[in-house]
Amino acid sequence: MNLTSWLLLTVNSVTFGGLLFLVSAGFSLIFGLMRIPNLTHGSLFMLGAYFGATFVGGMLGMMFNFWLATLLAALLVAALGALIERFLLRQLPGNQLAQVLVTLGISFIAADFCLMVWGGDPISVAPPAELTGFIRAGPLVFPTYRLAVIAIAVVVAIALWLLLERTRLGAMIRAGVDDPDMARVVGIRVSKLFTIVFALGAGLAAFAGVIGGPILTVYPGIDQYMLPLALVVVILGGSGSLLGSIVGSLLIGFIYNFGQALLPELAYFVLFLPMLLVLLLRPQGLFGRFVP
Amino acid sequence: MSARLIALAVAAAALASLPYWLIGDYYVNVASQILFYAIFALGLNILAGYAGLVSLGHAALFGITAYALAYTMQAGFGHPAAIVVALVVGMIAMAVFAMLSLRATGIGFIMITLALGEIVWGLAYRWISVTNGDNGINVHTRPTPFGLSLDSPVAFYYATLIVFAICVVAVALFVRSPLGAALMGTRDQPRRMNALGFHVWAIRFWACMFSGLLTAVSGVLFIYYTQFISPQTLELTSSAEVLLMVISGGAGTLLGPIVGSALVVIVKSVVSGYIERWNMLLGFIFVAIVILMPEGIVPGSVRLWRLAWRKMSAPPRPAAAEGKP
Repeated sequence: MNLTSWLLLTVNSVTFGGLLFLVSAGFSLIFGLMRIPNLTHGSLFMLGAYFGATFVGGMLGMMFNFWLATLLAALLVAALGALIERFLLRQLPGNQLAQVLVTLGISFIAADFCLMVWGGDPISVAPPAELTGFIRAGPLVFPTYRLAVIAIAVVVAIALWLLLERTRLGAMIRAGVDDPDMARVVGIRVSKLFTIVFALGAGLAAFAGVIGGPILTVYPGIDQYMLPLALVVVILGGSGSLLGSIVGSLLIGFIYNFGQALLPELAYFVLFLPMLLVLLLRPQGLFGRFVP
Repeated sequence: MSARLIALAVAAAALASLPYWLIGDYYVNVASQILFYAIFALGLNILAGYAGLVSLGHAALFGITAYALAYTMQAGFGHPAAIVVALVVGMIAMAVFAMLSLRATGIGFIMITLALGEIVWGLAYRWISVTNGDNGINVHTRPTPFGLSLDSPVAFYYATLIVFAICVVAVALFVRSPLGAALMGTRDQPRRMNALGFHVWAIRFWACMFSGLLTAVSGVLFIYYTQFISPQTLELTSSAEVLLMVISGGAGTLLGPIVGSALVVIVKSVVSGYIERWNMLLGFIFVAIVILMPEGIVPGSVRLWRLAWRKMSAPPRPAAAEGKP
């Protein structure tokens, strides 16, 4: 491989890392705060992707602006997430087996629902008109949209950081992650935080689904593709840590893209190996504050 | 106890006579599937139910056994050698899984087993030069124990039934054994068990090995049933499906995983012939189970039955007693 393809691979890795960050930031918060194995997260991503494809592709009779479609899909899925948390997960505190059963049940329903409504063919999503085309830097050519995804991820990361570190709600969430019992004692309604964080995580996953649509295309099974990746990021970075999901996403973005290019036969092996090593050597993750 | 014996005798008679009143090979095959998946679920139940360790990587062990059998057959060995090799390889894989994942409990255990399962799946799926990728590997013949051919669905059903019966008895004995009791102790009160002088890690490890043995046995039956193994069998979805069998039927009970296996296999292979959206149906059934009886079908039904029984048999209270004083 020459220098150009190395550079392109690097940009792709960062783009994929950005996308992974959008999916896993919420996942990490849910995991860190609620300590539940949320196996619906891939489905929430997929629902967002399909909603986005529908709005952007004009399947409802009118074409939505890409950003409006993104916002709409994120809000819809966030509302769905809030309902799931409020009416199902809320009933099962501490009952891990029932949590696994209900989250997997929902992911079955979501997968079949998407198959029923949108069929089995992959749907390609057009990126917004202002971001089509390429950016040239000397001899190098980068697709504009991929660079835009990186920018979006950075903006979301800053927004999340401000939310977590500079607002009252963020302080309460951090308290809940660090010590839920103590947070309750000092008067934080942790169960209310659960709903907010779950909805936020669901909305972010759906947001990532729409943003990722033009890169990945939307197809049945994308939920099962995304869930393990998000899980690897969270395990690697440490649950409940924003910095952890940023570093984890970038690492996995690089490992995944370079692995596919250099060691196609062992691509998944090199992807899950770091997760295993972290689990064994540093169970709380690189930046996590507690052992799951 | 006698009621239980009668129920057991009725169940045994029903299972033994099943091929006579099921019309068609198709349903006999479905029954065989239920039985070997039930063995798989019983194996996972040792961990998820009795040890409180939820594994999402068991499909990898199941698949490793099946691949080991297929490779040994390809290398030209006979069925007995292939079965022994498959079981041994399955147990070794389980030992490795256990050594790595028993460092954690709770969600940590789920995640490590999931990671291990994905690693094995990723190798099977992508290491095409070794595993033949999605095209999988075929096993062309079934064994002939004592000169009896297992090629017909009915013969295979009876072979599976015998193995199934042995496994059920083994699990029942295990649960009642001191080791089984100690295992449930480590599930409920690991620190107290440790303080009492039990080696919690070792107890869990041997439970894993027993679980691995049952999983390997079901893997052998599986590959002889389908005569084909591909990475699809090792997917996360397969691990999840077996776990769902255990939890929906009732984790930590003997009958639960069997009922769960029947539920999932019947919806997957029989109901799917009538209802296109069977996956959604299965999802709704799982959610309904969680809402109505989060402990699983078997314990939940027992609870509801007892509740109804008590309501019916309780003497009607005098109306005055119910009025407020």
